[in-house]
Amino acid sequence: MAEVTQRARPLSVGPLKASPPLGAALAMLGMDRSIPLLHGAQGCTAFAKVFLVQHFREPIPLQTTAMDQVSAVMGGDDPLQEALATLCGKTRPALIGVLTTALSETEGADVQRVIRRFRADHPEYDDVAIVPVATPDFTGDAEAGFTRAVTALIDTLVPVSDRAGASPRQVNVLAGQHLTPGDVEALRDVIEAFGLEAVILPDLSGSLDGHLAPARLAATTTGGTPVEALQRMGESALTLVIGDALAPAADRLRARTGVPDLRLDTLMGLAAVDELLVALSRLSGRPVPSRLRRERSRLQDAMLDSHFMLGAQRVAVAGEPDRVYALARLVQEMGGEVVAAVATRKAPILGRVPAAQVRVGDLEDLETLARQGRAGCLITNAHGVETARRLGIPLLRAGYPQHDRLGGFQRTWIGYAGTRQTLFDLANLQLESAGHQAVAPYRPLHDHPPAEAPEHGPATPPATGCPA
Amino acid sequence: MKAGEIKALMDEPACGHNTAAKSGCARPKPGAAAGGCAFDGAQIALLPVADVAHVVHGPIACAGNSWDNRGTRSSGPDLFRRGLTTDLTEQDVIMGRSEKRLLHAIRQAIETFDPPAVFVYNTCVPALVGDDVGAVCRAAQARFGVPVVCVDAAGFYGSKNLGNRIAGEAMVEQVVGTGEPPPPRQAGHGGRVHDINLIGEYNIAGEFWHVLPLLDELGLRVLCTLSGDARFHQVRTMHRARASMVVCSKAMLNVARKLEERYAIPWFEGSFYGITDMSAALRGFARLLRDPDLTQRTEALIRREEDRIRARLAPWRERLKGRRVLLYTGGVKSWSVVSALQDLGMEVVATGTRKSTEADKARIRDLMGEDARMIEEGNPGALLEVFEQTRADVLIAGGRNLYTALKARIPFLDINQEREHAYAGYEGMLELARQLALTLESPIWPWVRGEAPWDAQGWPHTAPSAAEVR
Repeated sequence: MAEVTQRARPLSVGPLKASPPLGAALAMLGMDRSIPLLHGAQGCTAFAKVFLVQHFREPIPLQTTAMDQVSAVMGGDDPLQEALATLCGKTRPALIGVLTTALSETEGADVQRVIRRFRADHPEYDDVAIVPVATPDFTGDAEAGFTRAVTALIDTLVPVSDRAGASPRQVNVLAGQHLTPGDVEALRDVIEAFGLEAVILPDLSGSLDGHLAPARLAATTTGGTPVEALQRMGESALTLVIGDALAPAADRLRARTGVPDLRLDTLMGLAAVDELLVALSRLSGRPVPSRLRRERSRLQDAMLDSHFMLGAQRVAVAGEPDRVYALARLVQEMGGEVVAAVATRKAPILGRVPAAQVRVGDLEDLETLARQGRAGCLITNAHGVETARRLGIPLLRAGYPQHDRLGGFQRTWIGYAGTRQTLFDLANLQLESAGHQAVAPYRPLHDHPPAEAPEHGPATPPATGCPA
Repeated sequence: MKAGEIKALMDEPACGHNTAAKSGCARPKPGAAAGGCAFDGAQIALLPVADVAHVVHGPIACAGNSWDNRGTRSSGPDLFRRGLTTDLTEQDVIMGRSEKRLLHAIRQAIETFDPPAVFVYNTCVPALVGDDVGAVCRAAQARFGVPVVCVDAAGFYGSKNLGNRIAGEAMVEQVVGTGEPPPPRQAGHGGRVHDINLIGEYNIAGEFWHVLPLLDELGLRVLCTLSGDARFHQVRTMHRARASMVVCSKAMLNVARKLEERYAIPWFEGSFYGITDMSAALRGFARLLRDPDLTQRTEALIRREEDRIRARLAPWRERLKGRRVLLYTGGVKSWSVVSALQDLGMEVVATGTRKSTEADKARIRDLMGEDARMIEEGNPGALLEVFEQTRADVLIAGGRNLYTALKARIPFLDINQEREHAYAGYEGMLELARQLALTLESPIWPWVRGEAPWDAQGWPHTAPSAAEVR
C-alpha cells in the first residue's frame, strides 16, 4: 500500500535507529545466564549498555573485547579469545553471544575461526555455548540485529531433527523485537491458557522484566530462555512467528526442524488476536477460554468508546518496521489516518503499512512529514519528546529508548487487553490536546466592558449616559 | 421559596406549554423521571458567568457530584470552574450551624478570589431545615461590600426547567439594571451600533465564537449572553439592550418576557444551529431593530456566508446525503437541529418532542411533513426499538443516551451540553458534518457488530482461516 522512500540528505538529524549490535544484544539478553559480548572498541559496548540501562533501569550484563589501536590494525583475534576465556573463567555463563561491530567487521575479523581456536584451546569450557553473530553497525538497525541474533541462536543451538510434533502440546514462539517484556509475558499467558507450553525465543519477560533476583550481584542475565530449551524446539507442534522481521529466522527454524509455523505480523487489534486464538484453539483442541472471550468484549467496548476520538485522528508514527506496521494498522482499524510514517530501515513489511508513504529516515523527516500532514499526535521513542514539543502535539512513547520514564519497557501493547489500553491512551492524548481543535476565543470588536473600564464595582448610575 | 412563588414561575405566559392541556411545566413522574432538578437547572443557567464565585450551599452531593462537568467555555476568567460549596456536615444540620457556615464561606470566597459578585445557590437541605439564605446573602453583601445574589433553587422545588427560570428570575430581580454599559465604539461599517441580549446561549465548546464575529460585523453589540462567556458586569446592563434573542431553549423565556415588560425590549426565539436557522436569527435582529441599513447589510452578509458554507459543505453533503437520522432531544432543538441535518442532505426519520411545545411541534411538521414521527417519552428500550423500525443510521441525542447507543452498536452524536464540539453558526455546520461522518464512517462497526470467530463456548467455527498454518 505504501510507497517506500529513502532519504536523499547527507546528514541524519535526530537519528531514529539504534545499531544492529544493540538489537542483537537485546536478543541475547532474552537468554538465561547469558552475556552478550561486543567485539569492538570499548565505546561500542558502553553506549549500548547505557542505552539499555536507561531504558530498563536494570544492570545490563554487556561485555566488550576492548579493541585497541594494535588490534584494530593487526587483527582482533587475540582480544576476542582473551575476552572469551575471561568470561568463561570468571562467570561461567550458559551462553556468550559474540556480536561483531562496525570496527571488527571493517578490520576483517573471522569470528568463527577464533571460536574454533578457543574451543580447541579450552575444552574445559565446552559447556558454555558461544553464538557468533555478524552485526556490522553500518548494515540495518536494532531490529535487523535482533533478527540476526535469533537466526544465529537457531543455527548454532537448535539441532537438525525430524521430530516435529513429538511434543504435541509444545509451541515455539519467535518473539519479535517490537514486543516488550510485558508483551512476551502476555503472549505466554495466552498460550498457557490453552493448556499449551511455550518455548519463547528470546524471552525478555524472564530477564528484563525488572525483577529482583535473590543474588545480590549477577554478571549474567538472571532469566530468559534456557539454552537447553532450544534443544527441544524441534519437537514442537507449531511455531508462532511474531513480526515480519523474524521471517529469516523462521525460515531457518522450519528448515532445521520441519515444525510448521504461523506467521503473524502483529498481535495488536481485534482481528490479529482473533487469528492467534483460533490457531491456538485448533492446536490445543480446547475452546477459547472465557477470560479471553471477556477481554475481547472489553476491547469491542473500548473501540466504541474511543472511535469518536480516534476516527479522525491524524497520527505520525516512527520506529522499527514491525512496530510502525503494527501501530499504523491499529490506527487505521480505528478509522484514523497515518499521515507520517518513518521507519529505521528498508523492510518488506513497509510496503504493507497503511499509509500513503513510508520514509526510511530520521526524526527530522518525521517532523517535516508530521507538520505537512498536520499530525495530531506522535508515536515514537523518547527521542521524539522534543519533536512533539516543536510540533505542539502530544507524544505516545513506543519503542527504544524510553529513558525519560519508568515502566515503559514493561507496558503491554498486544492482545485484547494491551490493545484496549493503547486505544485508551491514544484517545486520551486526543482529549488532552482537544484545545488545538477547539474554537479560539473571540474578543468582540465592541468589547464590553472595554479593557480600561473597571471590571466591576458597586452599581453606579451611568456616567456618560447610555446609547439611545 | 414559597409554594406560591414556585407556582408563579411555573405559569409562564410566554411559554407555549401554558396553552396546552396541562398548564405550565409538567411535574416529573416518580419512578420514570429523567433529567435534573431545579438546582441543576439553576446552576446550568448561571454557571457560565465566568468571573462570579458560584457558592453551592448544601451537602456535598449538589456541587461535589456535578462541578466542572459541562463544556461551556470562557475567554478570560475561570473562577466559574472552581467548584465552591459549603459541604454541609451532619453537625451543621443538627446544630443549626449552616447559616453561619454559609456566611463564612461567602467571606472566604471573597477574600480568596476577589470576585465581582457571589452567587449563592440554595439546595434541598438548607431549604428544608429553614436556613434564611436570602438574609445571609443580604448580610454578607452589607458586610463585605460585594454583591451577593441568592438563587433559591432547592432541588425539590421541581424540574431542571423550573431551575432555569428561578435562575433567570434571580438575575432579573437582583442584577439586571444595576449597571450601565460604556458608550459603543464606532463600528467599522460606519452604521449604527445596536445593543442586544442573548438569553440561553451557553457557549458550549466555544461555539458562540463562531457566531460573535458575524454579530460584530453587523454592528450588533452583545451586552450580555445569559450566560455563555458572560461577566457579572454584563448581566447588570441587560436592560439597555434594544432587542433580545432567546436562544434555543424555553428555559429562560421569563427573562425575555420581563425585560420586555419592564424595559420594552422586544424579543424573538431562534437558534444558531443550521444554515437556515442561523440566517433566520440574524434576520430576527434586523427585523426587531428596524434599521433599513442593518437589514441591507444583514442580507448581504447572509448571502456571502451561505454561499461560502454551502461550498465548503458540498463534499460533506456527498458523504452524508440520504443517511437516516433518529433525533432524540428536547425543546427547541427538536426542530432547530432538524433543519441543520436537512441542510446536510440527511433524512430525519423521527424526532423527540419531550419538553417541546405545540409551537415546536408545528415547526417540526413544517420541516418534516404532516406525518412526521415524534417520540414523546424515550426510555432506552423504546428508543432502540424506534431506531430499528425506522432503519436509522445514526442516533443524535443527549450524552445520557450515548452509552445506550454504543452498547447497542449504533453510531451516535452527542447534541447536549456535555458535548465537546462546537456546532453553532455557519462554521459549526462543518464540525457537525465532520462528527457525523466520523461516527457513521468509522470502520469499527463490522468489528463490534460481528460475531467472534468461535461459538458461545469458545469453539472455533469450522472453516479454517486464510492464514492457518502454512
